[in-house]
Amino acid sequence: MGTNIATVVTGVVDAYKKDRSMLLEIVRDVQAQLGCVSDDAISQIAKSLNVSRVDVDGVVTFYHFFSKTPVGKYSVYLNNSVTAHMNGRAAVAKSFSDQAGCNFGQTTSDGLIGLFDTSCIGMNDQEPAAIINGAVFTRLNEDKVKSIVAAMKAGKKVGDMVKEYGDGANQSALVKAMVNNNVQRKGPVLFAPFESGKAIKAATAQSSEDVIEELKISNVRGRGGAGFPTGMKWEFCRNAQGAKHYVVCNADEGEPGTFKDRVILTELPALLFEGMAVAGYAVGASEGILYLRAEYMYLKPYLEDVLQALRKKSVLGMNAGGKSGFNFDIKIKMGAGAYICGEESALIESAEGKRGEPRNRPPFPVQSGYMGYPTTVNNVETYCSAARIVLEGGKWFKSMGTAQSAGTKLVSVSGDCRKAGVYEIEFGTTVQTLLEMVDGRTAKAVQVGGPSGTCVGKKDFGRRICYDDLATGGSVIVIGPNRDILEVVQNFMEFFVEESCGWCTPCRAGNQILLHKLEKIRSGHGTVTDLSELEYWCKIVKTMSRCGLGQTSPNPIATTIQNFRELYEARLIKGEDYATEFDLLASVQDSCKAAGRIPNIHEEH
Amino acid sequence: MSDIQFTIDGKECTAGKGQTIVDAARENGVYIPTLCNYQGMKPAGTCRMCTVKVGGRTMAACTTPAAPGMVVESNTPEIEDMRKAIVEMLFVEGNHMCPTCEKSGNCELQALGYRYTMMVPRFPYLWPVRDVDASSPKIYLDRNRCVQCLRCVRGIVTADGKHVFGLVKRGNKTIIDIDGELAAGLSEEQAKKAMDQCPVGAILRKEVGFTVPIGKRKYDTKPIGSSL
Repeated sequence: MGTNIATVVTGVVDAYKKDRSMLLEIVRDVQAQLGCVSDDAISQIAKSLNVSRVDVDGVVTFYHFFSKTPVGKYSVYLNNSVTAHMNGRAAVAKSFSDQAGCNFGQTTSDGLIGLFDTSCIGMNDQEPAAIINGAVFTRLNEDKVKSIVAAMKAGKKVGDMVKEYGDGANQSALVKAMVNNNVQRKGPVLFAPFESGKAIKAATAQSSEDVIEELKISNVRGRGGAGFPTGMKWEFCRNAQGAKHYVVCNADEGEPGTFKDRVILTELPALLFEGMAVAGYAVGASEGILYLRAEYMYLKPYLEDVLQALRKKSVLGMNAGGKSGFNFDIKIKMGAGAYICGEESALIESAEGKRGEPRNRPPFPVQSGYMGYPTTVNNVETYCSAARIVLEGGKWFKSMGTAQSAGTKLVSVSGDCRKAGVYEIEFGTTVQTLLEMVDGRTAKAVQVGGPSGTCVGKKDFGRRICYDDLATGGSVIVIGPNRDILEVVQNFMEFFVEESCGWCTPCRAGNQILLHKLEKIRSGHGTVTDLSELEYWCKIVKTMSRCGLGQTSPNPIATTIQNFRELYEARLIKGEDYATEFDLLASVQDSCKAAGRIPNIHEEH
Repeated sequence: MSDIQFTIDGKECTAGKGQTIVDAARENGVYIPTLCNYQGMKPAGTCRMCTVKVGGRTMAACTTPAAPGMVVESNTPEIEDMRKAIVEMLFVEGNHMCPTCEKSGNCELQALGYRYTMMVPRFPYLWPVRDVDASSPKIYLDRNRCVQCLRCVRGIVTADGKHVFGLVKRGNKTIIDIDGELAAGLSEEQAKKAMDQCPVGAILRKEVGFTVPIGKRKYDTKPIGSSL
């Protein structure tokens, strides 16, 4: 065994030329060959790369899809997002456990099947869904689970278990996924016809400064959610001193409820890559990196193929777009399962083969980003918009949307509506209008912007989706009349506790504390004091946290206390500021059960 | 080179180019509480004790350079209470039993607890299960007391640049771990340095203890921050 580990690790590390920045790739390959990355393997990797073993261990244990213990020949990662629960996840999970013969978080004794919970995998419109050995299985039910587990026991290949393919490019030979695009509404920016090669030609026909100027005229802002003006970001990057510059595409959409980047990557990859090339020309970069979340690994061979085709067409490569002296190419770097890597500086750390912890700022990535070089990090949708702006002009783009929020926005809608999927809408569209489009008129609440966004009730359905009102990176979750909103809030808080990177105190400790307080109130043990404390503690976590995760993670609680206060109040102990009693019998029940004793408090039993 | 003028709570201060707010404040006689910060070490911004408000936005004073004309709010009731909350979070997040800790009186977390007159944390204890690693020949690593400041990670590095300490796992499961082989090679001076740089009692030297009696320790008679 020991020699096997040494042989495998040496082979893998050598294949990556002992490059420390390729650590995620190295760990992934070692795990693929050995079934896990054990302590011995970690030591061996550290030795081969000549780094400390804690640094390798730190990376292995940071990412959700890396494991130090065997994850099974077939590893099932069942999505744990709120819409999965809405659509019967509990029964599907139970069925997996029953059929496989082990609990979640475990591997069967024969090492065949491992079952794991996982954060949102970008399939909210077709839940419950799971990733099994990289392949996506959607709309799971008990019958499907039975046949999947039977196929595993028969030793079938995962690819052969996929019986139906989704629409569009999901059917192509290199994807063959049962994923559906569910494109419900096409707009003029993203889904208008696009002739590959034209945008980069239009860009290189002018000066880099003029391309940036056009972006500034368009008023386009980052589509990931934060909304920083793209033209300004590119200008900062272009003007920053550095031996070279980088263009990075953030394809780590991890916000529960977003899946619009998945659809762009499937249907519009040529538009995306060309947008990156335009950025490369504008900022003076020759290298682009697509940082793709591990959950979308199934798209990688297809995307590599698209890149190859674009090189052949001279959209990428030497003299890209036919512009002599402009060389630009794109490589794909895979994530390994960490929500925080959607934060741009954490994404850069991860792309460098490290733990995905956000960096302190300043310096900003445009000053010192990937490998210390000036780097512009933009969202998938932003690059697509940029390509279109170069073709149609900044004024054209600005004519759509609102004063502060130009253009269109791709939103992914899921939850209690008839027509879940992606919608290209103009900025400024009201929640009510969107609800009518998606046939979700019965909604009692809508979560806009994912867990870190805002939960609004009926009185606010007239509010508009745009940066200056209800901002969203793309997630819209419709909550129907029969749902327990506080259950949704709890799911979101559990998500943040799991996904905090752990670097700073308020986020690492504070989110746990908020979750416990919420549980206390939900279980009927809270008083009015608990509610006001909960409100203030949200403010502490938001104010004191280092990055966007902790600065927004209390939002599920904070915005529902604001908009649905009566739901919290209904659970409080009435007329008391402080509960001085507790149910001793109930409190000792667990320990009695563990000790095999019958509680004999007050001699009632 | 004091070419930057700025104010902290209305007091005129000067700073050198690139100097952080925390460092500049100290040189101007203003105390901003810190825990993860350590002079001479690259700031990490993990604890957030030094959070200040600039132009309505909060930021860590240890990682933010002072800028000309900056108006820093530090000693306001709002910020001070949130700093106190950070101290309390660190107390409930770990298992801190001061009376049995060798670092008592020399501990910066304890000293901050006193400074902020923390009688009892406002947050319920989380009672995490954390273990003690006594496998190294020269040091104990008691994770119950660790505040994840990363001073050990940043400060204790081998001659060829390898980390002796490192972070593993993530979120609330994040812990400090050691590279056993590298830790075994720690010199007496490095082991002492590791213990001294640790703001709490998470890193203690083996076979040496209680060299300074209680009553003569750093914060026994003077509260933290009082030297300024």
